[in-house]
Order: sequence, then C-alpha cells, then structure tokens
Amino acid sequence: MDSNEATTSESVSKKRGKTKKVKRKVKPDEAPVQEMDQAEGEETEKKSVSGPCFPPTFSVSEIKNKQRRHAMFLKLKEEKRKQKLELKKKKKKERKALGDQAPPKEVPKTIENQRIYDETTVNPEDEEVAFDEGTDEFSAYFSRLTNPKVLITTSDRPRGRTVRFCEQLATVIPHAHVYYRRGLALKRVIPQCVSRGFTYVMVINEDRKVPNGLVLCHLPDGPTAHFKVSNVRLRKEMKRRGKDPTEHVPEVILNNFSTRLGHSIGRLFAALFPHDPQFVGRQVATFHNQRDFIFFRFHRYIFKNEKKVGIQELGPRFTLKLRSLQKGTFDSKFGEYEWVHKRHEMDSSRRKFHL
Amino acid sequence: MQHDDAIWDLIGNDNFCSYKVKTKTQQFCRNEYNVTGLCDRSSCPLANSQYATVREEKGLCYLYVKVIERAAFPAHMWEKVKLDRNYAKALEQIDENLIYWPRFIQHKCKQRLTKITQYLIRIRKLTLKRQRKLVPLSRKVERREKRREEKALIAAQLENAIEKELLDRLKQGTYGDIYNFPIHAFDKAMEKQEEETESEEEEDEEEESGTREFVAEDEFEESDLSDFEDMNNLKGSSDEEEDDEEESGEEEESEEELEEEKTKAKSKGKAPLKGPIRKKRAYVEIEYEQETEPAQKSKAI
Repeated sequence: MDSNEATTSESVSKKRGKTKKVKRKVKPDEAPVQEMDQAEGEETEKKSVSGPCFPPTFSVSEIKNKQRRHAMFLKLKEEKRKQKLELKKKKKKERKALGDQAPPKEVPKTIENQRIYDETTVNPEDEEVAFDEGTDEFSAYFSRLTNPKVLITTSDRPRGRTVRFCEQLATVIPHAHVYYRRGLALKRVIPQCVSRGFTYVMVINEDRKVPNGLVLCHLPDGPTAHFKVSNVRLRKEMKRRGKDPTEHVPEVILNNFSTRLGHSIGRLFAALFPHDPQFVGRQVATFHNQRDFIFFRFHRYIFKNEKKVGIQELGPRFTLKLRSLQKGTFDSKFGEYEWVHKRHEMDSSRRKFHL
Repeated sequence: MQHDDAIWDLIGNDNFCSYKVKTKTQQFCRNEYNVTGLCDRSSCPLANSQYATVREEKGLCYLYVKVIERAAFPAHMWEKVKLDRNYAKALEQIDENLIYWPRFIQHKCKQRLTKITQYLIRIRKLTLKRQRKLVPLSRKVERREKRREEKALIAAQLENAIEKELLDRLKQGTYGDIYNFPIHAFDKAMEKQEEETESEEEEDEEEESGTREFVAEDEFEESDLSDFEDMNNLKGSSDEEEDDEEESGEEEESEEELEEEKTKAKSKGKAPLKGPIRKKRAYVEIEYEQETEPAQKSKAI
C-alpha cells in the first residue's frame, strides 16, 4: 500500500505544477509515516526534503531534476526571507519596548564613511594652510587685487558640440571670451594672454566630436590643472530648465574639497568668478566633489520661505575628474607636476580618494 | 645572360610575381627598387637588366643604378650614388649619372626625386608645428570610471546639497536684507531656544485661539479685497494693540511676504515665474493690513 501510495503521489506530483509537487508529497507521506514503522528510504528522504521545519541534511544542488531543484531553491529563499522579516520585526519591537534605553541606531556603512583617512585633510584652523593660502598664486585674487578674465578656447578644429559647449560656458562664467583656436600653440598663446590681462585660460579638448578634456591654466604663472570631462549636457538637453542665464554674477558653492589638493583645486575654481556675487540674479554655480568626481551645476534659486528653497537648473552641466596638476603654466614637457593621477597606485583601493 | 623578355613572360601580365599586388584596375609592384610602383614591362626591376631608382634614407636621397655587367654579382648589383641635398644639383647629378640611358628611366627617377624632396619638406614643417599626442584609452578603465561616476552622482544628492547650502547661507545672513525671512528665522530660533519663557508661549496659544479669522469662500479672489478693507482696518487696529503682533499674525505675514516676493520678482522681470514660484492657492486666504508693513515694503524696494 505504501509503495502504491508513494508511486501515485510521485506520478501525480510530476504531472502537476512546481510548488504543488512538494505539497502533494507532504500529505500522503506524513500519513503513512505516522502509521507504519517501515521507513522506506524514499519516504524518509521525502519527509526530510519537504518538511520546512527539518534542518536540511542535504543541499538543494543535490537534486538532479532542474524543475524540482528550482522549486526547492525558491522555497528556501522564501524561508530565509520570512526569517529575516521576523527578525526585523522582533528587533523593532525590542527597540520600541526599550524606548530611551535602546542602543543607538547603527549607522550604515557608506563609502564616504569608510573612506581611508587622508593625512593631507585640511583642518579648518590649520595655520600652516592659512599661511600657504595667503601666499600662493591665488592670493592676488583673494585679496581682491585682480578681477578674473577668462579665455575659453578649444583644441584644433572643434566640432559643433564643443563649440556650443564653449559658448554656453562663456555665458555661465562672467567676463569670459571664446576664441577660435586656429592651430596656435598654447605656449605662444599664453604670453599673449598675459599681456592682455587675462587671468585664466580654459582649453577644452575634443575627441570624436565630443568634449572630453579641460585644461585650466591660471595665468600669471599659476597652476595648470588638467581634467577629464564627461557627461556634458548642453542647455537644450536639460529637462525642466529655466530661461537662459542673465548677466548677473553668480554665487559659487564649493562642496567637499577636503584635502590640500582639494583645497587648491577649490580655489582654482573659486578664482574663476568675480568676487561679489549679485544676489539679485539669484544664480548659483556649484562645484561638488564626490569621490574625486567634481560635478558642475548651474542653478537659479528662489526662497519660498526660510525653510524651503526651490532650484531650477539652467546652464550646462558636466563632471570633471582631475588628471594632473602642474605648478607653472601649461608645459607638458618640462613642467613640474604637483600631482599626477597614477592609475595603478591610486586606483587600487575603492575607499581612497584624493580630492 | 639576362633574358629580360623571358623573365617578363614568366612574371608579367596575369602571371605570378611575389611583389605583385593586383587591384581591380591596376597592378602594383611592391619591390623596393621599383621606380614607379606600378607593375609593368618598363618598371619591373626584375625584368630590366639596366635599371635605376631614387630612394631616400634618413632624409638623404640616393640614386641606385643596376647595369647588366653586374648581373652575375647579386651582392654588388646596385650601385648607390649619394645625391646632393640641393634639389637642382641633385637633378643634374641624375642627368650625369644616367646619361645615355633610356629617357623613361631618367624621367621617372627625376619624378621620384621630386616627390621625395616634397615629402621631406613637409615632414620638416610638421615637426615644427604642434603634434597631437595620442593617449590610448583602456576600455576597462573607462567603463570602471563611468560606473563610479554614476554611483558618485547618486551618492552626491546634488539638489539636496545645494539647497542645504543655500539655506545655510540665508541663515548666516550673507544675503543681508534682500529677503524678509530672517526676522522670522530669528524669532523662531529665539522661541525654540528660550524654553524659560513658557509664559510667552502660553500667551501665544491663548491669543491664537482667541483671534478671529475671516475665512473666504471658494471663489474668493484677491481683486475683491477692496470690499474687505474696512473689516481689515477694524481688525488691524485691534492687532496693533496686542504686544506680540508678529507671532500671532505669522500666517498672514508669510503670505504677505510671499506676495511681496512675487511682486518684487514681477517688477524686476528677470525671474522665471513658472518654476519655483508656483504659488499654490490655498482656499483660505487671510489678509491683514498692519501699519508697520508699508514701512518694511519701502525698505525692501
């Protein structure tokens, strides 16, 4: 009788669906086991397989039949999920019960939390840093002796996208002028710029009709930074954007520039814009550093009340990644590099950032 | 003996020659001593026992000459004559070396010399100009950076960060007197911090429960305000008598200021009114006129 039952159950289960197979196995098996002492090998195995309360003495991968194996696996997953939920509920109850005495909530680990401490992180009260910043190349700007004047140009033979990007950049940065490159050598361009009173030269490098690099050179022998540009979005590609930016001087937000290197890059960006922002224009340019990527955004803001502000994006957006920082003006052969991105050394750890 | 014709029969038209490159319309000869580069009877260096070429090595041009007398000595078959750097003199040298030679070969040698000098000049010019440095991109690295950038963007939460920064600046007072909010913020901060003055708070609550508010109907519009002016004046005078005007009239003030903002914005005409200033019209509109308000308005403008 048992064998008949077993065989019938098996045949039935094979015909029906996946989960039903297992359930069907349970019912006829449990009955005979209770009654009979004869423990047939199959039945005990089946019981251990199908009973959820039994600890599995085998792994799901031992079942040769793919469909059954898959069904068992799904069941297993469901079990685990249920257990996890129960655990969570229990914990929550305990927390509530304890009330104030509950241990503080654990902070989830993020990459920013786990960041390897960089010894060049700037302490806000550091005197040495303050002294350095008082005497570096930007001191002239920060002590209000000079006003920024920016020259924007491209590499040879720029294509439409790059040209439009340059034009839009020129609207975002006040006192910016776009010049066509005409195959001139940068080393010759730079002294001419200096003589005409420019403080910055910005060269946008193009590759395959898309801007992909930026060389930012602070002029009277200032540092030269070379960035990789990515994700350029022009104004017409932005969703829900506002009207064109006006001529007002925007405010500048620099976020998360924490190390010495980050500080110098931050000052590099800050010196692009004139000192006194015109709050009437309600425009803000943001350079946000996150994990060594610098995101540039240009917004118009409005304060709805003192707790809420609405921002609307105008203007182009792009991301920069610093490739190298050179001490003098642009000189790729004989320049003195303050910092160069070395892939094998610097990219080995996911938690180490330099800016 | 050199059997030029026999050789040409063997390797010539439609036959196999290892230097031959066939294209649809033409046959080329890859032999480095070939003067024209084409595969034909008079240009083949194998099928002509008397032959000459011009070749260039490290910026110098040489005339290579092959004569039938040296056909038995393959090692010394080609005689190398260094040509002058000056183009005109080099042409004369070719003339004097290949005197009495078939005109075809003389002509072709001179042509080749011309071409070589031209491209040498071009090389020299280009090296003076800037040269593009090609930096190879590693696909794996590019993909990795792209992914990291996306994740960094998500982690950055840019809009929130910008808004927070702007609000911080507002609280610190970098905007000065442009916005009227700071008074509010200051007062609210005061209320929160000073927990000692609970009595004030009690008073506030009492007053707020006691104040009368005129609630408008659904179709109430601002243009109908003029009718209510008298009512407002009545209420206004009673408000002035109270000590904590601002605290009781919080809601009214905020709405008034919003309208001020709007009017200011409208008057400047530069702000886009669509986006952030979409003032949601609540059905409850409370308008109070207070005598201190006009003074503030004039200050702001």
